[in-house]
Amino acid sequence: MLNDFINQVGPSTVGGLASGAIYALIALGYTMVYGVLRLINFAHSEIFMIGAFAALFVVLHLGVTTPLTGVALVGVLLLLMLVAMAASGGAAVVLERVAYRPLRRHGAGRLAALISAIGASIFLQELFALVIIPEVFDRPSQGRIQVPVPRLLDRETVVTIGNTDIRNDHLIIVGAAVIMMILLDVFVSRTRIGRGIRATSQDPETATLMGVDINKVIRTTFFVGGAMAGVAALLYAMEFENLRYNVGFLLGVKAFTAAVLGGIGNLRGALLGGLALGLIENWGSIFFGSEWKDVIAFTVLVLVLLFRPTGILGESLQRARA
Amino acid sequence: MNANSNIRSGNPLTSLRRAVGGFSDGVRDWWAAAPRWTRWTVYGLLIALVIVAPHPAIGSFMSPYSHWPSLLFSPIGTFVLLAVGLNVVVGQAGLLDLGFVAFYAIGAYTMAVFATKFGWNFWGILVIAIFMTAVSGIVLGSPTLRLRGDYLAIVTLGFGEIVRITAQNTDYIGGARGITNIPHPPTIFGVDFALDPLPYYYLLVAAIVLVVIFAKRLERSRVGRAWEAIREDEDAAELMGVPTFRFKLLAFFVGAMIGGLTGAIWASKVIAIQHNNFPFILSATILAAVVLGGSGNLPGVIIGAFLIAWLPERFRGFQDYRILIFGGALVLMMALRPEGLLPARRRRAVSGNGGESGDTEPGATEAGGQAAEEVAK
Repeated sequence: MLNDFINQVGPSTVGGLASGAIYALIALGYTMVYGVLRLINFAHSEIFMIGAFAALFVVLHLGVTTPLTGVALVGVLLLLMLVAMAASGGAAVVLERVAYRPLRRHGAGRLAALISAIGASIFLQELFALVIIPEVFDRPSQGRIQVPVPRLLDRETVVTIGNTDIRNDHLIIVGAAVIMMILLDVFVSRTRIGRGIRATSQDPETATLMGVDINKVIRTTFFVGGAMAGVAALLYAMEFENLRYNVGFLLGVKAFTAAVLGGIGNLRGALLGGLALGLIENWGSIFFGSEWKDVIAFTVLVLVLLFRPTGILGESLQRARA
Repeated sequence: MNANSNIRSGNPLTSLRRAVGGFSDGVRDWWAAAPRWTRWTVYGLLIALVIVAPHPAIGSFMSPYSHWPSLLFSPIGTFVLLAVGLNVVVGQAGLLDLGFVAFYAIGAYTMAVFATKFGWNFWGILVIAIFMTAVSGIVLGSPTLRLRGDYLAIVTLGFGEIVRITAQNTDYIGGARGITNIPHPPTIFGVDFALDPLPYYYLLVAAIVLVVIFAKRLERSRVGRAWEAIREDEDAAELMGVPTFRFKLLAFFVGAMIGGLTGAIWASKVIAIQHNNFPFILSATILAAVVLGGSGNLPGVIIGAFLIAWLPERFRGFQDYRILIFGGALVLMMALRPEGLLPARRRRAVSGNGGESGDTEPGATEAGGQAAEEVAK
């Protein structure tokens, strides 16, 4: 058992960091929306899914059939990233407008918002399974089957440490996640609208009195959180090369776990929580077998909430200053 | 506020909202004012309706696409019983549970395991199943109920998935293939339980009636008032001397028992069960039934569960699109009437005074305070 662990710890650390980076990017959307509205944006997993399919759509229309290299690879990845960010961010703004704002105006409770989000989530999943995958992706009556993603880049080992190969795709994923995190951190702490977001998450009423346009803040929060999910979606599609109409569900729950693990409402906590969750579930799988991976993730969630309910770095967006 | 609502009244969404609200509030108020004999007449009519419900004449209208008595048993009957159980947790105690399906699964698996592996009698296992789920309610509740609101929601969601994946990975209970050849209940009072859904339907109806009476008695007892106090304001309840943790645990305990009972009855009818009979979406659907009907109000919850189980089957003509429509309808319904079709009376009174919105907070605290005082006495 211990031997197994020593043999596998390197590769699963790399794999854990890669999936952890994806969790972290999705977790940002949960954490930002929660910070501002105190609401679990349950349909965020579908925002992720929309970004992934938008990226796939562009890949198919560019006619990428063989893996790319050099400038073409960088260009295509940047283009896909912009497309996925725009699609996810746009979808998140529409979602907020349709599913949340009418409720907010009537002062409905959080339970109602949660049900509305679940409804939106079901609606979007079914929309993809019934209409978009069969029609747009030309896979009639296969809406609920996995859609393969063409390989975008050749996977090459960049460095080998002991028995662990670190591949270029792993570096891209973790690098992209860290860069997006830094950009977001700068955005929230240095820009005017970022200050509005922090103010709103501290005290919405006072923020309004001070002249912060709450609706604009909320819209921006949804857009930025969605865009981060879009980046995650592209990375996921590139790494796992398979998409489904319900690809977001499990990832969404785990990303939320990551957000709670790091301290919900806390941007840096989301990164830390995502990476920690990826590592824990991959290391745990060595001991218990990979079929228990998801159980490990949820057990971690329960334990964290029991012993440190505010997460590793503590709650709230307002203190996430740079 | 006034100027605001004048401007808003032009909005079609708002007028639709008022129309829906006006009708169901009318029903609500009529019922609240109805004398005792009217109520008993209505109860009698309802029981009669439930008894004749499986008749083909009703079935041909209610369900032109599928076998009506089967539909009445599951999903309609099971959804109603599950919703009544979840209502104890969500509606009465205000604890947001997104993993209720776990208890349903534990009940069903208990029935399947004891019946196929040990050959126990149905009625004996029913008791064991209720006991097992009640224990699992305590096991889940005692660590997690210190959490509040959204945290609790996500932990219970995690618990639901843990139960499902554990069932999938455990070979003793059939692993991914599940358990097959679950025996039917034995003949009782000359009623033979076999493939015909009717006896199961009446069994379920009996269970629903018993559980509803039980839940109603609980609601009006000291326990029910404690739950209400916790729901409205947990801190205030604690300060007034309500042992909140114990009462929250009790809510989980009761809700779990009802979920387990449903699962056990259901498993004895369907012969084979599998881990993917218990997906997260089922928890979400039951929660939607509770909220749609009017969280905390039993008649509303039952109507909500009935509608959510029945409408997608009634409109099977739309084929697969019915789930898509279901999702859209949830969003629309929450925008039109977030408090549900028939909200609880106290809650209605609280939010009704202030008009459109916003004023729930002080009133809610007041109601919570009153209830807490009553409990503490």
